[in-house]
Amino acid sequence: MFTALLIEQLLNGLQLGVMLFLMAAGLTLIFGVMGLINLAHGSLYMIGAFACATVAAATGSFWLGLIASLAAAAGVGALIEVAVIRRLYDRDHLDQVLATFALILILSEGARWLFGSFPLYLDIPKLLQGAVPLPGGGQYQLYRLAIIAVGILVAVGLYLLISKTRLGMRIRAGESDREMIGALGVDISTLYTVVFALGAALAGLAGALVGALQSVQVGMGEPVLILAFVVIVIGGIGSIKGALVGAVIVGVVDTMGRFLLPSLLALTMPAAQATTIGAALASMLIYVVMALILAFRPSGLFAAQS
Amino acid sequence: MKRILAASLFGLSLATSGLAYAEPVKIGVITTLSGGGAGLGIDMRDAFQLAIKQSGNKDIELVVEDDAQKPELAVQIAEKMIQGDKVDLMTGIIWSNLAMAVVPNTVAQDVIYLSPNAGPSALAGANCNANYFNVAYQNDNFHEGMGEYANKDYKNTFVLAPNYPAGKDALTGFKRFYKGALSGEVYTQVGQTDYAAEIAQIRASGADSVYFFLPGGMGIAFMKQYAQSGVGIPVMGPAFSFDQDVLPAVGDAALGVKNSASWSPDLDNEASKAFVQAFKAEYNRLPSVYAAQSWDTANLILSALSKASVKDKDAFRAALKAADFKSVRGDFTFNTNQHPIQNIYVREVVKDGDVLTNKIVATAFEKHKDAYAEQCGL
Repeated sequence: MFTALLIEQLLNGLQLGVMLFLMAAGLTLIFGVMGLINLAHGSLYMIGAFACATVAAATGSFWLGLIASLAAAAGVGALIEVAVIRRLYDRDHLDQVLATFALILILSEGARWLFGSFPLYLDIPKLLQGAVPLPGGGQYQLYRLAIIAVGILVAVGLYLLISKTRLGMRIRAGESDREMIGALGVDISTLYTVVFALGAALAGLAGALVGALQSVQVGMGEPVLILAFVVIVIGGIGSIKGALVGAVIVGVVDTMGRFLLPSLLALTMPAAQATTIGAALASMLIYVVMALILAFRPSGLFAAQS
Repeated sequence: MKRILAASLFGLSLATSGLAYAEPVKIGVITTLSGGGAGLGIDMRDAFQLAIKQSGNKDIELVVEDDAQKPELAVQIAEKMIQGDKVDLMTGIIWSNLAMAVVPNTVAQDVIYLSPNAGPSALAGANCNANYFNVAYQNDNFHEGMGEYANKDYKNTFVLAPNYPAGKDALTGFKRFYKGALSGEVYTQVGQTDYAAEIAQIRASGADSVYFFLPGGMGIAFMKQYAQSGVGIPVMGPAFSFDQDVLPAVGDAALGVKNSASWSPDLDNEASKAFVQAFKAEYNRLPSVYAAQSWDTANLILSALSKASVKDKDAFRAALKAADFKSVRGDFTFNTNQHPIQNIYVREVVKDGDVLTNKIVATAFEKHKDAYAEQCGL
């Protein structure tokens, strides 16, 4: 029974990890290419979830909702890049943080104004409902397996996009020398808009996928954003590979900590105390891990060359 | 003679109305209007405003502020309301960790605080205060009701609550009356949205039932994930996990679940029927327990205002303590620690047409008192 539980928890950690990867990939891409810290990334996640819930409720199809979430997040992403973000590339990070924090407030209140404060309903599509058997006698929710699969597909897709396509070549060039690719005649402002919209679409996809598991509500993006920042700091800011490894580390460590710490502590102290202290320790665990990794590798596991 | 009569009548009417509505009354409402817990605070605020509006009392001024479910922000707002706005009364806080941050300091400054929801055990016993009235419940109460009811069907329960004062009170309350064994006890983070790790533990625990206290968005996330996990062990909880604010988002997964509360939209008394009707007419949705408690808080304040001036603290406290108002919960009196003595019901989630709501199926306790009143020196 314990093996089954362990496998299930590892899958849970992996699922949390790939979901964080979808968020962190966009965040780290935007930072790597444009040098921009985008706090509003969590709002794009929220927009994806709201778009999916609204379209799914109107049409009855989760899949149309998923397409809508990609379109809405990419669209809003491109719009705010052109309207606001573009003016921030030459400013220092404090200005960027202030402006994108303002965007969080504007987008959250906008969503509240449009949809109200009560959570929306978004269900898992029929095709992916229920659970499948696991080796070792356990069961696992099919939808979470699907999220893992989507995360792996996106990781492979991003790898191919960045290493094999012309757009990817420009993104890599933009990461290493911004002025030079401008001088070589690449239209930088279009490139930036495309990269920003791509990152936004990934955040929107994560929001829609997770929205079916949780509640779709205003402010849902910010807790995930904090974890996504932990991920990119661990992985090395600007590195997609780092984002993937960091996301899986954070996902697995967080899940395993929540599951194992209270039972480990219960060996040495009364059960009630162990659950409380274990829960408190588990919530700090990923930050402890982040501190440890930064102590040995100050710029993260896979630091980008800059 | 006629003039003297008229003058004295005029004077008399001034005197009586003076007693009721002489000076303007300022009420500070600190509640959660943004973030994941906003649904609860909005129901609280809406019911409170509606009750004041229906009373026709034009002398009451409400100062409403959003605490964003952050204790440090709530403390700042409270200071501003007491020092800057000079409020006479305060109310509104939903979350126990915020109440613990705000209430002791507020009542120490001789401002009366009426709780429409949070009822941490730390404020109900030895640290009770003459300026602190809890109109909702002591935190343990709903959970005690479900613990008692669970004895009927279950022997081995897995319990789950967030790691904050109300979460600990919840499981303490449940365990106080539940006689079966606990196959697991887990505290989660406040605001947690993914429960996969906990659901896996439930699956492996061999429990025959699950008791969980997860208010607001936390409960929605848990129920949706639990329903899809294939675990299939029956769940139960307090009303907070299955109330009107979360049911539409949980959907049919909640159907048939038993939960405990002091009130339900189908509770059969005049005040409750009038409340549900008025709330539906004004806001076009069914009220939650939070709304009901807030409505009662407003009506309690109104009843006390008609008896005493809010500036005469002793008289006003006595008028509040008399609880001379028509509660939507039926019989309502204050215990010595100024927490309610009330019935606790067991409700079941049902579908009324297209709308998910609750109906009462049993009474867990009649005239239930909390466990801490004896330690209170009032």
